[in-house]
Amino acid sequence: MPKLTSKQKVDFLKTIITIRRFEEKTIQLYQVAKIWGYLHPYVGEEAIAAGTCAALEKRDYIISTHRGHGHSIAKGADLNRMMAELLGKSTGYCKGRGGSMHIADTELGMLGANGIVGGGIPISVGAGFSCKMEGASRVTVCYFSDGASNNGVFHEALNMASVFNLPVIYVCENNMYAISMSACESIACKDIASRASSYDIPGAIVDGSDPEAVYNITASAVKRARSGKGPSLIEAKTYRFGGHHPNDPAEYREKEEVEYYKTEKDPVINYKKKLIEEKVLSEDDIKNMEQQIVKAVEDSVKFAEESPEPQLDKFLEEVKSI
Amino acid sequence: MREIEYREAIREAIIEEMNRDHKVFLIGEDIGKYGGAFRAYKGLLDMYGEDRVINTPISEAAIIGAGIGAAVTGYRPVSELMFIDFAALAMDQIVNQAAKIRYMTGDNLRCPLVIRTQGGAGRGVAAQHSQSLEAWFYHVPGLKVVMPATPYDVKGLLKTAIRDDNVVMFIEHKMIYLLKGEVPEEEYTIPFGVADIKRQGSDVTIFAYSNMVYKSLEAAADLEKEGISAEVFDPRTLVPLDEEALLKSVKKTGRLVVVTEACERGSVASDIAAKVALKAFDWLDSPVKVVAGLNTPIPYNSTLEQASIPHKADIVNAVKEALGK
Ligand SMILES: Cc1ncc(C[n+]2csc(CCOP(=O)(O)OP(=O)(O)O)c2C)c(N)n1
Repeated sequence: MPKLTSKQKVDFLKTIITIRRFEEKTIQLYQVAKIWGYLHPYVGEEAIAAGTCAALEKRDYIISTHRGHGHSIAKGADLNRMMAELLGKSTGYCKGRGGSMHIADTELGMLGANGIVGGGIPISVGAGFSCKMEGASRVTVCYFSDGASNNGVFHEALNMASVFNLPVIYVCENNMYAISMSACESIACKDIASRASSYDIPGAIVDGSDPEAVYNITASAVKRARSGKGPSLIEAKTYRFGGHHPNDPAEYREKEEVEYYKTEKDPVINYKKKLIEEKVLSEDDIKNMEQQIVKAVEDSVKFAEESPEPQLDKFLEEVKSI
Repeated sequence: MREIEYREAIREAIIEEMNRDHKVFLIGEDIGKYGGAFRAYKGLLDMYGEDRVINTPISEAAIIGAGIGAAVTGYRPVSELMFIDFAALAMDQIVNQAAKIRYMTGDNLRCPLVIRTQGGAGRGVAAQHSQSLEAWFYHVPGLKVVMPATPYDVKGLLKTAIRDDNVVMFIEHKMIYLLKGEVPEEEYTIPFGVADIKRQGSDVTIFAYSNMVYKSLEAAADLEKEGISAEVFDPRTLVPLDEEALLKSVKKTGRLVVVTEACERGSVASDIAAKVALKAFDWLDSPVKVVAGLNTPIPYNSTLEQASIPHKADIVNAVKEALGK
């Protein structure tokens, strides 16, 4: 693996902080009911999106989940259009029709967040076929979490991806809980990565709070896929810092456990520290970066708030052709 | 009489049935300590333990299959699908297995299975969490379909569902879990196939179930101010359907407005309209009206979401049209 450049490292940090600040803002907006429905923050898991997407090219595809804002941001989504979608505005990625769980954009190769747990996993097979048939060494990254790996579709899809040697990288963000259900009580094996052996594909475990480790392992899986060697499964061990959604007090988790991850495994804190220690960035550089990000997030809220609502008469007209 | 929440009425029915029959057990996602997505099972894990309150992985097909397997071997499971939308992941088990197992085995295998779930729009949870899919199950012979509107009905019907020897789709509505209504302290059950006239009237029959009962009652109250007497007919169970009572009501009023939150195409409402038109045409003074959701995936934007489902005003207008006013 070639050494990471400073620029790559700075980009990791930028992506991680952008996701964190964006998510914090969405939680605030949820609490004042400007965002409604379901909102599943990615706080704590940012390094996975940052590290995996950095190993992709723009033309590659990603398939996301109900906890998908981080994936979109890391793949290069426009914060304005994301925030507008969350506010249900016509300028949003889905014209206000989808909200948090359905953001998608073909230009970005973002094939969609999903309200159905595991819903995107079989779609990866088709995206994989498409990449393979096209013959241009394009790849697909398919995200899902621990809970989704217990659904039948996971097994059908990984088996097919392996049988047909598809260029798909399965990234399991194991945050240890599926709403209240803990992974250790619901998954028969200790590591989800070990399920890879059932499909005769490589399975690897990585610390999901470390963007460099995530990048490195993804980059090798991507290289493998591009060269026609087929799919891989990466299990990124991670933790969601908050509840399943902003109104979930998450009483099913031990306080000490939450504290441990928040203090020891916070990708924002840890990676800032690392880059300062390595003298890649100074405290001031980071302060500047933070300011720019906070401004971009604020701007996205402004953009979203000033954007028009979808037009009712247009909606009623469109319905006729559905 | 005391008033309790809809979800509390569910909890009471479950507790009474679990105490009455040790073969009854619960299985589903987040029903343990969490108490279910709408907290209808709060405290039940502590009361009955992990053998009777089985918290599962996210495996919808297996949640239903587990219910079938336990049912045909003598248990009375209540399998929960957190959202009716997720029934799509379990359709083989529901439609090809559960619905048919008793009939196609010549009654060899009995399947006393309740599938509890909830549907409906109104919470901004968009296209994959807001559907009204009762027509899917209504269409399949071998499934009973129950859609209670009130705390009283939900309790009495859930007890009957658990005691029934067949597969029951028990469909609640996400907007009414916190609604309160009168529920007696004493035990009672409500038989399937017996409609409840939620409001008597003489000019028009409004057929409505689940959350639409409330919108219809509001519409009827408004109509009364204009001198129109609307009867609100709640079938409570769509399969079996209390056809006799429906025809009787239509005979009395001579007009029918069928209301459903589900999108109109292929809906239960269209079927009811057709049934009445076929069987009671001579008693009708005007064509049957259907008030239904739009044929659209439910949008996230709340103005559009609201526009895609029926409201009081739509029912009022339909009644007036039926009356030629
Ligand atoms: C098929 C399906 N079943 C259940 C749900 C309800 N639900 C939404 S998120 C969730 C937990 C998902 O857990 P996991 O896959 O581990 O993702 P996480 O929320 O931890 O990121 C559940 C059960 C759903 N949306 N889809």
